[in-house]
Amino acid sequence: MQLLLAILFGVLLTAATWLLLARSLPRMILGLLLLGNAANLAIFAGGRVLGTAPPLVAPGAQALAAGAANPLPQALVLTAIVISLGLMAFALVLAWATHEATGELDAEALRDSEPPGLPATDPVAAAAAEPASAMAAVASRRAA
Amino acid sequence: MASRTDWLLILPILVPMLACALSAALWGRVRAQRAVTFVAAAALLVAAGLLVARVMERGVVASQMGDWPAPFGITLVADLLAAAMVAITAIMYAATAVYAQAEDSAQREAEGWHPLLAALVMGVCGAFLAGDLFNLYVWFEVMLIASFGLLVMGGGREQLDAAVKYVMLNLVATTVFLIAVGLLHGLTGTLNMADLARKLPGVENEGAVGAVAFLLLAAFGAKAAVFPLFFWLPAAYHTAAAPVAAIFAALLTKVGVYAMIRVFGLVFAGSTEWMPWIVGGVAAATMVTGVLGAAAHWDIRRILSFHIISQIGYMLVGLALATPLALAGAVIYILHHIVVKANLFLVAGAIRRAGGSYSLAHLGGLWKRDPWLGILFAIPALSLAGLPPLSGFWGKFVVVQSGFEAGAFWLSAVALAVGILTLYSMLKIWLEAFWKAAPADAPPALALTGTTRALMLAPVAALGLVTLTIGLWTEPFAAFAMAAGEQLASRDAYIAAVLGGTR
Repeated sequence: MQLLLAILFGVLLTAATWLLLARSLPRMILGLLLLGNAANLAIFAGGRVLGTAPPLVAPGAQALAAGAANPLPQALVLTAIVISLGLMAFALVLAWATHEATGELDAEALRDSEPPGLPATDPVAAAAAEPASAMAAVASRRAA
Repeated sequence: MASRTDWLLILPILVPMLACALSAALWGRVRAQRAVTFVAAAALLVAAGLLVARVMERGVVASQMGDWPAPFGITLVADLLAAAMVAITAIMYAATAVYAQAEDSAQREAEGWHPLLAALVMGVCGAFLAGDLFNLYVWFEVMLIASFGLLVMGGGREQLDAAVKYVMLNLVATTVFLIAVGLLHGLTGTLNMADLARKLPGVENEGAVGAVAFLLLAAFGAKAAVFPLFFWLPAAYHTAAAPVAAIFAALLTKVGVYAMIRVFGLVFAGSTEWMPWIVGGVAAATMVTGVLGAAAHWDIRRILSFHIISQIGYMLVGLALATPLALAGAVIYILHHIVVKANLFLVAGAIRRAGGSYSLAHLGGLWKRDPWLGILFAIPALSLAGLPPLSGFWGKFVVVQSGFEAGAFWLSAVALAVGILTLYSMLKIWLEAFWKAAPADAPPALALTGTTRALMLAPVAALGLVTLTIGLWTEPFAAFAMAAGEQLASRDAYIAAVLGGTR
């Protein structure tokens, strides 16, 4: 079981790396999802797969009986799953909003925050290279 | 029963948590939200001040949540460094909360500024006080999700693009952190940092310990924006509004540096000898690439963003050398830099207001029009470059001095050279924005007058005063930093406070 989990961890990590290196945003998000699951498996396997009995101390006993599962990794993984659900939801909405605003899902084509003309050797060229959207935002604020 | 120490340790998390919940519940009722934020910032200032006083009086304090004994339960710990970081976070919370009221506040508040800011502060304070690695991870995520929300406020194309890069790279970094946590738990069976520091030297599988240390270095390095993992920072910070950029610049990267000091100064200090060499190399490369990046840009916010990266290198020098003096230098540098860098972003917002642009090509003649703004810019700018008698001078002085004493001459030489280049960047802003005549095609500016002026410049002046105080009245701050450095270098007090059940 331990070996199987280790192999699965490796497979997930490989797939996640492959997807994260892609330029398309949906693939990158899938990569993040797999990476998060790989992390959860690492925690689970790190806690050792001891048994399947519920980790409840019997009345009168001082410690868990043999064959009980390790409860700590389960608590950690549960927390991590909840957190990654929230972050994935945010990442998906962000990708959708970016697509709505720019029509792009290719990371290479997203150059609004770091325009191709920068860095420039003189201030005027640098100002000209800034995207129009940034300038427009300043102008609209002034108008309002 | 909860003692006074327990309360002092939980309050820096509880106060912003309540502020976040309350201001979220008061959605749409802007006046009430503002009141919540201001009361919370004041309460956090008081709580942090009491915590610092308690740590100075008693040494490292720890509290076991729910009375589960360490290393089984959740432990909150504060040493001098952590307490000082909480205090400086409280100052930043107050300063940005005031500044944010000056401009565009209605739009920001409609998008959830108050709850998000409180959540960010909660995450940062939690990370400083966490006594185990998994809680550190959870607080990182709290901080991260709040910063995502703050970054996309306004929702322009530029910001969405910046957020995509920021979100992707930071999520990969935290997931790598989580993988390292899982592996470390597998190796030692514990995640409590004091317990790990005790158990790790006894782990036989040295290769696995090294691999975990490297994973953590990569994860925290990406958070702290060190070379070569800094690319998310210059892609993102310049797109945010001035108060958002200021609180990011002040706190987010410094949480990464703090985590590195905690983990490599405490947990791995006894088990990985090669780590200081890597950290030293990374520190030098970070200082140089950051300052060169800043030299190549002509937009105030882009210049300042690259300088964050460069300054992170100075803090890592302290961690690489790891002598008590070097760690004291890192402590004084972190505290100085948080104040100065946040202040520079706030001044940049005021310059944009008075001059109509962030771009140096469009600015000019500000000294003639508004000399007070020039003075308020000069204080943090010269402090960043490390000119005496400002706070940055003492930070650089201690870091460079410790490098010479430890025999790392090359690190000290790099630090000094980078200081000169920093001065070049600050002079560039000064000459272009303040000194040269206003260009003919200067954009029409909004006046920096009345309430807006007071709300913008009051926090700037207050932070400038902090810089001047640290610079001119250095004695108590230096003594504090030296004590913190001793505490970090010896490790015993921390381990005893957590595991010895000291209250």
